[in-house]
Amino acid sequence: MRTTIRLLLPILLAIMLGLFLSSGAQAAGLAVQIGYIQWSPDQGPVLSNVIPEPADAGLRGAELAIDDNNTTGRFLGQTFSLDSVIAESEEQALAALERQLAAGIELFVLRVPATTLTALADKAGPGVLLFNAGARDDALRTGDCRPQLLHTIPSYAMLTDALAQWLNQRRWQDLLMITGPTEADQQWADAFRRASQRFGLNLVAVKPWTFDADLRRTAARELPLFTQTDDEYDAVVVADVRGDFGEFVPFNTWLPRPVVGTQGMTPEAWHRVVESWGAAQLQNRFRELAQRDMTSEDYAAWAAVRSVGTAVTRLNSADAAQVRDFLFSDNFQLAAFKGRKLSYRPWNGQLRQPIPLVHPRGLVAQAPVEGFLHPRTDMDTLGFDQPESQCRIH
Amino acid sequence: MKTLFNTTALAAMIGLSAPAAASLAYVSNEKDNSISVIDTETLAVVETIEVGQRPRGILLSKDYSKLYICASDDDTVQILDLASRRIIDTLPSGEDPEQFSLHPNNRHLYIANEDDAIVTVVDVDTKDVLAQIDVGVEPEGMAVSPDGRWAVNTSETSSMLHWIDTTDFQIKKNLVVGQRPRHVEFSDDSKIAWASAEIGGTVHIIDVDSLEEIKQLTFSIRGVNQDKVQPVGIELTSDGKYAFVALGPANHVAVVDAQTYEVLDYLLVGSRVWQLDLNKDESQLYTTNGVSGDVSVIDVEELKVIKSIKVGRYPWGVVIDPTS
Repeated sequence: MRTTIRLLLPILLAIMLGLFLSSGAQAAGLAVQIGYIQWSPDQGPVLSNVIPEPADAGLRGAELAIDDNNTTGRFLGQTFSLDSVIAESEEQALAALERQLAAGIELFVLRVPATTLTALADKAGPGVLLFNAGARDDALRTGDCRPQLLHTIPSYAMLTDALAQWLNQRRWQDLLMITGPTEADQQWADAFRRASQRFGLNLVAVKPWTFDADLRRTAARELPLFTQTDDEYDAVVVADVRGDFGEFVPFNTWLPRPVVGTQGMTPEAWHRVVESWGAAQLQNRFRELAQRDMTSEDYAAWAAVRSVGTAVTRLNSADAAQVRDFLFSDNFQLAAFKGRKLSYRPWNGQLRQPIPLVHPRGLVAQAPVEGFLHPRTDMDTLGFDQPESQCRIH
Repeated sequence: MKTLFNTTALAAMIGLSAPAAASLAYVSNEKDNSISVIDTETLAVVETIEVGQRPRGILLSKDYSKLYICASDDDTVQILDLASRRIIDTLPSGEDPEQFSLHPNNRHLYIANEDDAIVTVVDVDTKDVLAQIDVGVEPEGMAVSPDGRWAVNTSETSSMLHWIDTTDFQIKKNLVVGQRPRHVEFSDDSKIAWASAEIGGTVHIIDVDSLEEIKQLTFSIRGVNQDKVQPVGIELTSDGKYAFVALGPANHVAVVDAQTYEVLDYLLVGSRVWQLDLNKDESQLYTTNGVSGDVSVIDVEELKVIKSIKVGRYPWGVVIDPTS
């Protein structure tokens, strides 16, 4: 039965399209092309390499959103397509952008490091709209902003504020923080220091991770000693963005305490355990498409392409300037499976969003935690608020 | 038909030696794979019936002898015989059925297949799939007008109402509404349709003759963040006096004047209120509260919540059998 119906689909579509044309309500045949560029530098060897990150994280989310946009677009005579490039260097990423610009593409989703992101934004100039679906760096939201650059991935500050709110609510205020050696680890740790001040937490000790032993063999011996402190702590916070040593901290601490941060219980843009608010449907669609679980980067890329789709549905235009104006207007609200309508912060282009706090097999909580108030929206208790940011892009 | 039902009911009463039948409310518990049965006289759960996985939308056959259940994770619609309280059959439903609506002919069941962007029409007598209609992303709400002319589907991610002509199963109009439309309810005379948009925070009033929106309602509750005002279920009184709108995580039900579209009141119920149903004489309104796992009972005359009844985990849909 299903097969016959499927065969009839082109005819049905033709009829439906005919109806649109006859009603004259919509101009048919708007084709929207979106550029997707990904480049991830080599992370170097890590200890916790048992479960590798998918290489196409981000891309598959963008592809799913293209499908979603097309399912909607077929009723409005709009088609969406993705020109995607997974580059192997910053030069390749820049070359891809140049080619896509020359092909007339004005809307881009980028999953690249911050330095590459600003290089791409500067090369693209002001006439386009770019979505950052990969770089969590706070500097991109506090000073180094671009009018044409929006961010769908949460910043480090949003993630650590979410975690700090939860720790405050649990009254687990005295903390040991272990920081990794990379620049990203330092950024994460700085963000958490800021969050701990905002939400009344106390770092009883901060210990840099300097070991280079293979912890898979020695974690049980090394870590209990390493996590001894003069003052007692309520929880251990790990700042290990690339996942080098952090997975070995839980259950190996000197005191019997939970581990949170980049490992243990983590704040995320998205995770496979998120299921409320219709999220189960998004997760199902994604798994069917990609044959794996949806990551934060996939979610950020999905949200970017869906933002474009939502704007095009309403505007019946894909002009970058018009889409940008619409995304910053009161008429825009993104339904994105987090139980709230999401919108872009006008000062720095960051997508406001709740942050799930998860462990590998379950959801613990979702920030903003109840009771943390804000005059505009409690989602602005996460990350850099308007007075704390120098950016004024809209 | 009525006589037939009573005979069956009588047989069941003898067979199960059940107490004398009071009016019953049926509640689907999404995370308990069960249906809670509430006695509307005593306002207590009298029975819990195990059903398929992730039961969401439920509805009664037009003769009130059967309860149809969307068992979403079993990809099927189950038929519960109300006399024997047993699952007696299943219907081909397409994947992940969430909500559905039965045509007044008591045969054509319109099912929204959330994962497949399809509406499936099944003949409940022959079990034939009559049509599969491509709709927007995440079809959810399903309603058939009381006069049988239109079947309306809401697609959550496309934010559209798809108007399906029930004579040829073709979409005749796609109406863009607020973000994440969830539910459509027709007035008894089929002239007005009410559609809720969960993320948009709006209810859209549609004139069915012209298929155009004539009014958009918004809601504002003191002390509740505007983002949390998320309309889902809608229920209309047959006298045209009130519309009740479940406002999700705002934990309130809005009372709307169905003539002037003015919001009259907000009633505090349980956490994340989803769906609503009136009892037979419309003196009581039942609400399912997903997060708090209970059902609130509202006195319609007084517009007051009179009771909350603990049911299973994540109660989703509620229907009240007016005959029992």
